[in-house]
Amino acid sequence: MDLLRINTAGSVDDGKSTLIGRFLNDSNALTIEQEELIERKTKEKGLDDLDFSVITDGLIAEREQGITIDVAHIYFSSQKRKFIIADSPGHVEYTRNMVTGASNSEVSIILIDSRKGLLEQTYRHYFISNLLRLKTVVLCINKMDLVDYSEDTYLTIAAEINKMTSRFGYKPDIHILPISSLKGDNVVLHSDNMPWYSGQTLSEVLHNIKPGEAEVADFRFDVQQVLHVQNKEFTDYRAYAGRVISGSVSVGDEVTVLPSGIKSEVVELRRFTNTQQEVKTGESIQLRLKDDVDVSRGMILVKNEEESLLSKEISAKLVWLDEKQSVPGGRYLLQSGTRVVQCKLQQIEAVIPPENPEELHEATNLKLNDIAKVAIKTAAPAFLDAFENNRLNGAFILIDPQTNNTVGVGFSD
Amino acid sequence: MTHIQSHLKTLEDESIYIIREVVSQFQKPVLLFSGGKDSITLARLAQKAFYPAKIPFPFLHIDTGHNFPETIEFRDQLVEELGVELIVRYVQDSIDQKKVQEETGKYASRNSLQTVTLLDAIEEFGFDACMGGARRDEEKSRAKERIFSVRDDFGQWDSKKQRPELFNILNGKIHFGENVRAFPISNWTEEDVWNYIAQEGVGLPTIYFAHNRKLVKRDGAFLAHSDYLNLVDTDEIVETTVRFRTVGDMTCTAAFVSEANTIPDIMFENKSSKSSERGARIDDKRSEAALEQRKKGGYF
Repeated sequence: MDLLRINTAGSVDDGKSTLIGRFLNDSNALTIEQEELIERKTKEKGLDDLDFSVITDGLIAEREQGITIDVAHIYFSSQKRKFIIADSPGHVEYTRNMVTGASNSEVSIILIDSRKGLLEQTYRHYFISNLLRLKTVVLCINKMDLVDYSEDTYLTIAAEINKMTSRFGYKPDIHILPISSLKGDNVVLHSDNMPWYSGQTLSEVLHNIKPGEAEVADFRFDVQQVLHVQNKEFTDYRAYAGRVISGSVSVGDEVTVLPSGIKSEVVELRRFTNTQQEVKTGESIQLRLKDDVDVSRGMILVKNEEESLLSKEISAKLVWLDEKQSVPGGRYLLQSGTRVVQCKLQQIEAVIPPENPEELHEATNLKLNDIAKVAIKTAAPAFLDAFENNRLNGAFILIDPQTNNTVGVGFSD
Repeated sequence: MTHIQSHLKTLEDESIYIIREVVSQFQKPVLLFSGGKDSITLARLAQKAFYPAKIPFPFLHIDTGHNFPETIEFRDQLVEELGVELIVRYVQDSIDQKKVQEETGKYASRNSLQTVTLLDAIEEFGFDACMGGARRDEEKSRAKERIFSVRDDFGQWDSKKQRPELFNILNGKIHFGENVRAFPISNWTEEDVWNYIAQEGVGLPTIYFAHNRKLVKRDGAFLAHSDYLNLVDTDEIVETTVRFRTVGDMTCTAAFVSEANTIPDIMFENKSSKSSERGARIDDKRSEAALEQRKKGGYF
């Protein structure tokens, strides 16, 4: 069984929570407690159709205001696949949570109200999915029941979507589905109300995606920690514990330690009591080298040394995540994986309005939810790849050293 | 089986990465150990994260005094096997120091009193990171929890001020006096935990398996009969074969009538029952927001 991570997004009242509830219900994945809660709340509110939103809106403030504030994680599995759904709020002031949810997903589901068509939020969410290089984007035209299941409405909105997606250089796999979460059309079950639609249901789309295909990227290994053991069985055992960010490495391969540039040969790859010949992307392992070289946390092991990894000038796209605005030339900590270096936000080259990415404008400060092209100068190399070549080794966060908050997320060019 | 292992391996890789980050980013981490299956899973992951080195942090158990004796016995055996230091702090001491007051009445439980004892222990030892076995699939407000969750001096959780967590990047920077609650198995489900325990051949306290027990039947649920439970007239004392799906205090954890005494049987039964495991936690049923309110006050 494999694992697929999904992010859902949409404007307030687009019915994300209802969609997730419907998906779980029609997949027969709700617990008795959840079923009871839905029935009780539906009755309390005097609704005709079951109110599925109550199972995802977990915080008191959310139930009071009837909106989703924070990313909720929903877990369920079908016969074939395990799903982790990050349900992100669509409300504009919480867009940072959408970036958060999408950063750990392979698929983005964007909801569109059939009566309203594409809104500013839709453009913003698609832009973010694109910025984060998600492999699949599913655009669900929801509430089809409220437009009499009209094919014309579907086609008009689909044309708008195609216009939007054609503006970007990167194109994920795109699916456009007409659905009704409330009534259950094309979510898990094929709709009888839309005989003109012969495409896949949402459930089918999500089951047919090939997940977790390791990116074809060069070997990168972040050193988390040095383990040193001295006992009867392990005499003078020295290993580097960490996770393979990308690529693979085998026993016998020569690797380079950055920033020192010292080379050595891999002599052991260990997972607990087992040693193995090769390790791949995502594996948490211990790695031993032939020579006793200087390696510590914050260093990175690579197979092919590339000049660009050692650069201290980073050009990147940055999403500002903090209520406190950025300051010109502000000093921050830049963290990528386990590496933390001091940096200076050298220049804001342009702010990109996500709903209209061509219309760049200038700014001296970045506000919450701003997306900008920036130049950053670091005190030491951060060993970053270009995000489009290597997602995990191309992304970083900025930390405000005074508040310790995560104030920005960047994608290296 | 190979299919199951592939996603368990992904989850294991992620959890080990998180545990190693906790050890690297903090000065004084601790693992909160309850003796339940989730903290047992966490202990196993910690063992695998550092082997052949020993687990480089102590375990802390907040003992309510109302634990199942089987859990305590298992706890002591496990820490000896792993060679880790076990710190125990007692809710009874907090009661004796008049810091908390014992609840009274039919539903009296020491579950919520644990918070004070926990916060005192964090202060006493200066722990800056407490790892726990909470999972996001357990309950609605847990579903919103970050992997690194920053708490102030009073252990409070502010859901609106959570730091965004992006990609695999964990920001553990905190101010003096603050601490972090870290949840390495956030993305595991109950089913994953059972599968992993089966795969790894990890032992569990005997109360997880079907056994004969003296019980109190109350409001349609079976509670373990013990001196800690305040009995009322309507309570009915029965004896039957049961198991526990989740392990909390004897006063607030309901038993399931079951004959399942192997992990596959338990998993099959859990799946067909369609009920969630926290359904057996009487303390969560106090209100829809019971757990969120306790968490804001520093509960784990």
